[in-house]
Amino acid sequence: MHSKKSIPNTAKSCLDRISAINEKLNAIIYIDTDKVLKNAQEKPSGIPITIKDNICVKDEPTTCASRILENFKPPYDATVIKKLKDAGFILMGKANMDEFAFGSSCETSCYGPTRNPWDTTRIPGGSSGGSACAVAGGEVPMALGSDTGGSIRQPAALSGIVGMKPTYGRVSRYGLIAFASSLDQIGPLAGNVRDAAMLLNVISGYDELDSTSADVACPDFTQSLENNVRKIKIGVPKEYFPEKGLDGEVKKAILESKDILQGLGAELIDISLPHTEYAVSCYYIIAPAEASSNLARFDGDQYGLRKDAKNMIDMHLKTRTAGFGDEAKRRILLGTYSLSSGYYEAYYLKAMKVRTKIKNDFLEAFKTCDVILTPTTPAPAFKIGEKINDPLGMYLSDIFTIPANLAGIPGISIPCGFTKGGLPIGLQLLGKPFDEETLFRVAYAFEQNTEFHKRKPNI
Amino acid sequence: MANTKAIDKKTVEHVARLARVNLSAQEIGIYKKQLADILEYINKLGKVDVKNTLPTSHPIGKMKNVFRKDNMKKSLPVEDVLRNAPNKKDSLFIVPKIIG
Repeated sequence: MHSKKSIPNTAKSCLDRISAINEKLNAIIYIDTDKVLKNAQEKPSGIPITIKDNICVKDEPTTCASRILENFKPPYDATVIKKLKDAGFILMGKANMDEFAFGSSCETSCYGPTRNPWDTTRIPGGSSGGSACAVAGGEVPMALGSDTGGSIRQPAALSGIVGMKPTYGRVSRYGLIAFASSLDQIGPLAGNVRDAAMLLNVISGYDELDSTSADVACPDFTQSLENNVRKIKIGVPKEYFPEKGLDGEVKKAILESKDILQGLGAELIDISLPHTEYAVSCYYIIAPAEASSNLARFDGDQYGLRKDAKNMIDMHLKTRTAGFGDEAKRRILLGTYSLSSGYYEAYYLKAMKVRTKIKNDFLEAFKTCDVILTPTTPAPAFKIGEKINDPLGMYLSDIFTIPANLAGIPGISIPCGFTKGGLPIGLQLLGKPFDEETLFRVAYAFEQNTEFHKRKPNI
Repeated sequence: MANTKAIDKKTVEHVARLARVNLSAQEIGIYKKQLADILEYINKLGKVDVKNTLPTSHPIGKMKNVFRKDNMKKSLPVEDVLRNAPNKKDSLFIVPKIIG
């Protein structure tokens, strides 16, 4: 299963690269070099991998890039970590992220922003920005991220690598610190499609420790890497190519990608996903509501930060006020508001009903096509600081990735072009539930017939 | 949909109290404006007809309640569980007074 050809990096060369460039990128926020070297000695052919900091690794800091978990070291491994260790991977520390995965830019981390290796004045995308940047910058060949509204696919697109959000339930969430439990999914980020498929093979599968994990058979995803898309029906939804709000260079690259796939024998079909324009609204009710509930546990009682006070409520207030950053507070307030007495039906219940409509749009579309092709993001990477005081503008940068999380379907982003200024552009492919195989097949065929994934940032 | 004018200073303070965070006067001002903008955008949902639509709380398939067998299993040692505790005694978490 471990294809040596596609994974040339050894742990030692990764460590050298990390010590040379990580200060510039701030992609990896924790690494125990001695432990890595010891592991590498024991497992000389082990594949190096870095882990987003919201996934529990036993006895290593797992902070969600938040002050409130600064000194937290989990007493157990997440299921995906156990699987990686059992398969002989070498864990290369923890990757930076937006605090609690709240963000699209990796700027809300308490450890400071991660920088895009293609242009260090720009964001790498988020929230799995550290994971994407570490892979794009050549620090590690692959990484794990989590995707709640695009947090794997969007940074993969903006950093010029491959990122996949599997079907909800494909990968166990046990040990993933929850953001929005009905949307979160762990997935692979890698330099090429084969590595992403190989990594999904390792981490997927039913887990009795996650009652929402799906008890369905997992195929060998590398078997679907076939350089052949003949007769595959690719749906192109008109709602993802709006007149306003789609960057011209991104649009051009996506339309060219469509032509490339057609040239390879795929059949293109015009489709409509009529409720697309409601996805961001729907998401920004459901995700903060679930987050406000999930983050209630960070109160200083049992682990993490505690700010002392005479009584319990004041201790909770002081701890949470000191421990959470601005965006975390904003999401908690928004979620608490929409769940509070008098607003539940108008907001949360309504959003769950609109979610049904969005999901049904996809199920309807998949009656006529096998995969759906869209831009991953409406624009290339923006400047650090550009949107930090404009939360709504930041939320809208996830407009094309959010619908897949609401519907639970799998999605992959692959490199498909560059702007004139040299910034990467991502192509998103969305698939039927539990049909990651067709996504990998189309992504692989595209990759084999293009050169975009071979271009590396000059850093 | 609910009226976003309902987002006033008092509402932000009330929600912050429910969420167990303290906000400065300046933060209340900023969040009041930002939450109103976000809610105004979200109010778009009012246009969708959902009269005959059931809510989706779980995206994939029909979820059943999941039961496990009632068997004894090894759990984490108490000292491991308590290792991250800000304050502890013997096998207990120590927290401030709840009443008073």
